Amino acid sequence: MASKPKPVSGASTNGHHASTNGGAPKISDRVPLEGLADTVGRASGEAVRLGQGLAMKGLTRVAKSLEKRLQADLDDRDPDYIRENLPLSWLAATIWYRAEVRNLSNVPEKGPVLLVGNHTGGNMSPETIFFTLAFSTYFGVERRFHQLAHNLVLASPLGPYLRRFGTVAASHENALAALDAGAAVLVFPGGDWEVHRPSWQSAKIDFGGRRGFVRLALEKDVPIVPVVTIGGQETALWLDRGAWLAKLLRLDRTARLKVLPILIAPPWGLTVGDFLPRIPLPAKMTSEVLPAIHLREQFGDEPDVDEVYEYVTGAMQETLDNLAAERRFPVIG
Amino acid sequence: MRLSESVVVGSPPRVVWSYLADLDGYERFMTGITRWDSEGEATTGLGARRRMLIKVGSAEVGGLIEMVEWDEPNDLAWSSVTGIDQRGRFRLRPVGNSSTRVELRYQYGVAGGGLTGWLSERISARALSTQLRTSLGELKRLVESERGKRAAAAVEAERAGA
Repeated sequence: MASKPKPVSGASTNGHHASTNGGAPKISDRVPLEGLADTVGRASGEAVRLGQGLAMKGLTRVAKSLEKRLQADLDDRDPDYIRENLPLSWLAATIWYRAEVRNLSNVPEKGPVLLVGNHTGGNMSPETIFFTLAFSTYFGVERRFHQLAHNLVLASPLGPYLRRFGTVAASHENALAALDAGAAVLVFPGGDWEVHRPSWQSAKIDFGGRRGFVRLALEKDVPIVPVVTIGGQETALWLDRGAWLAKLLRLDRTARLKVLPILIAPPWGLTVGDFLPRIPLPAKMTSEVLPAIHLREQFGDEPDVDEVYEYVTGAMQETLDNLAAERRFPVIG
Repeated sequence: MRLSESVVVGSPPRVVWSYLADLDGYERFMTGITRWDSEGEATTGLGARRRMLIKVGSAEVGGLIEMVEWDEPNDLAWSSVTGIDQRGRFRLRPVGNSSTRVELRYQYGVAGGGLTGWLSERISARALSTQLRTSLGELKRLVESERGKRAAAAVEAERAGA
């Protein structure tokens, strides 16, 4: 007896049911060719929707994580953690950079203070490491000390560790919050513009006209203490800031990056962006802390922001010139 | 890490003790000290506190210390209250009739331990040992030179009297 062929409609119905029921079609099911495209289309549509959902969930999670990292939770600073990690900072500062911080006694003993530094050494910024070490050993880890850093630094894998050292994302609001908490706050007005300047501009203070630190000090009525550093620009060879490249790639709008530096650094050689971990050259680093500037005592009740800016950067440039004159050789110091 | 250095000073223990008991005068002979401020009412003796810093490598380390032993003219010891864990001791013992063996013991530890703690303790020990040795040398020079001046002044006074 010949077997009856299965009706096409029945098979089609089976396929339809499988689809509407939401179950995955079984491999053993015989699906007629004319329904295959439709089934695959539906399945791939669901896969795309599923993929989109997962991607959105992933992106949301990343965005939330980044948002959390960039919030200024001052309580993330952990004095015990800092104390336990000082030996590593001390080894790096003493052996690798032969770092020296002069005149820390110029920092007022108590109360909020705005430490204004020139930024050096690219994204690795060695002065942040050894100045934090020097500040913590001089005043004790108990004294609140926060550093403002670029969003990308805090969003990097190092972000969670830096937050425990007291680093918060660079913003006016975060700086206000830290000063309100009575902290010493280290800011680098020159930011990415200054930190990636060509190596032959090592002895140049270049805040790029950013005057926010003056307004901040006036708003909270706290003294400004300039911190001048030399040596960082010798930890690699910066050839160009790459401002044109950052603009070309629209990074200035999408990632607040005004520069995309081009440098020669071990072990990579010629590199663009300074995003990869690199081996910094063991350049001799020196920082000098200048006397505190009490703005209203020195410039009257309503200080002119431009005048204060010129005064602070002028004093820092003079000190930097002196520090540069002390150096005999690049890297060696 | 435990360090110990010693020197023989050509003065009896009571004379040497008078220099060590004068905490305000430590900057005259302690090498590497960058800060030595009195804290609280007691400026000397048991319980006196000092906020001290000493330059070691790239950092000035120290903290608040308190005098915890004051056994005139034999032993003087301090211990840390805040900052790095440290304990120090001047130990004075007579040598013959008119000299004193001064031993300076210094014990310290960095927080955290691990490889970096172990390394930094050993590397800093070399610098600190040199500083302790230099400090004792300065103390010896200070005591003996001032003793010499006093002896010369006494001789001058005797001559003038004669």
